[in-house]
Amino acid sequence: MRLGESIEITASQQLVWDYLAEPTNYLHFMSGVTRWEPAGDRRSGLGARYRMLIRVGAAEVGGLIEFVEWRPCTDMAWTSVTGVDQRGRWRVREVASRRTRVELRYAYGVAGAGVAGLLAERVAAPALSRHLRRSLQQLKRQVEHEQLRSEAKRRREASAA
Amino acid sequence: MADASTLAERARGNGAGDHDDSPGPFTVSGPGVLGALAGIGAGAARAGQAIAGRVAGPVVEGLRDRLTADFDDRDPDYIRENLPLTWLLASLWFRGEVRNLGNVPEDRPVLLVGNHSGGNLTPDTIVFTLAFSTYFGVERPFYQLAHNLVLASPAGQILRKYGTVAASHEHAKEALEAGAALLVYPGGDWEVHRPFWESDRVDFAGRKGFIRLALDAGVPIVPVVSIGGQETSLFLSRGDRIARVFGLDRTLRLKVLPISLALPWVINIGDFLGHVPLPAKITTEVLPPINITEQFGEDPDHEVVYEHVTRVMQECLDSLAAERRYPLIG
Repeated sequence: MRLGESIEITASQQLVWDYLAEPTNYLHFMSGVTRWEPAGDRRSGLGARYRMLIRVGAAEVGGLIEFVEWRPCTDMAWTSVTGVDQRGRWRVREVASRRTRVELRYAYGVAGAGVAGLLAERVAAPALSRHLRRSLQQLKRQVEHEQLRSEAKRRREASAA
Repeated sequence: MADASTLAERARGNGAGDHDDSPGPFTVSGPGVLGALAGIGAGAARAGQAIAGRVAGPVVEGLRDRLTADFDDRDPDYIRENLPLTWLLASLWFRGEVRNLGNVPEDRPVLLVGNHSGGNLTPDTIVFTLAFSTYFGVERPFYQLAHNLVLASPAGQILRKYGTVAASHEHAKEALEAGAALLVYPGGDWEVHRPFWESDRVDFAGRKGFIRLALDAGVPIVPVVSIGGQETSLFLSRGDRIARVFGLDRTLRLKVLPISLALPWVINIGDFLGHVPLPAKITTEVLPPINITEQFGEDPDHEVVYEHVTRVMQECLDSLAAERRYPLIG
């Protein structure tokens, strides 16, 4: 099952990307995510692995994931190594000056689960869609807040100089 | 293992698989017609025993196989492929919620000690097994101890794939020594069939074997407290007196013959055929680990440890019960 949500953020593409590339931010803006911690030597970038869990229904599902695509400022994608099959992708595109469109795609399932698997995917879809939507809204709020803070800081530094 | 062999031997003692030539109870010696009739009777009895042996032999062997723990029977692929089905059941029917699984140590064997509810269907185990498997991954070895009769039932083969093994100290120790997480319910059949008005009561019936097990294996105890399971049916009585009258405690290690109001039977005696559980919300909370030797010394008084474990579990169950506004709904 594949889900997708997008949002426009009033911030530069670079700022959005930097926020997404930092693993410690995920617990702050990803709705339903109860765990997102590096597993291995690489903390970020291509090949970085994380132990992630997201609460859906009666369980926290997820497992070990690995980032398999990393094109700075535009695309990053992960796939599951263990646990429930999943693929996720962040697409970050500049639509105007200091306006960035962010899309989060998420595909999930359990290979070999048969009819129950198909049913479970569909039953879980509304909850997961809500999580994706809320995550993007929280991302927008946090990045725009970050943008305001950095601009205020720049203004303070300029006036002090 | 002792349980398995005892049960198999008991079955043999009842005539299954026992076909030696020793005189049976029908053998009568003496001349004449009576003697001839007695001879025919004895022959028929021996033939009957032989047929019973041929028919029952494979059954006993199958039973023995089921009750012998083979830890390799646990099948992570099977568990993974059935996660969606379990998730549907746990999410939609029981609206399961498992809290604080992070209290379970990740990198060492651990003895999970739970209170048991819900009759033979044990919905709390379904919800917890799902949560454990998704949280830690199906790759982490996880076993559960169960009564012999549960494993001997038709569902036994499936349960073995989930890591359920016959309850015995040896099996438990073996699992923990292999580095697994092991779930035990000390209250067992006694607690799981308690009347519904005792649903917010932890009742291990004084069984302290889990303490010796944790000490022998050098592992921490992690209490797992659940509420809601006892609302999945209207349990009226354990029927422990009836079980004693029928000798179930001696023959099948069953201390109870539960009586409940359950679907579709209405009056359900024994719960041997299971029942349709009511959709009660199951909430489970995992408590911080109890390291017995650190907290109570190298040679602790088992009674003191037992009191401590059951007290912290009861306190947690009390708070879960206080959270619950309505039966079934939660």
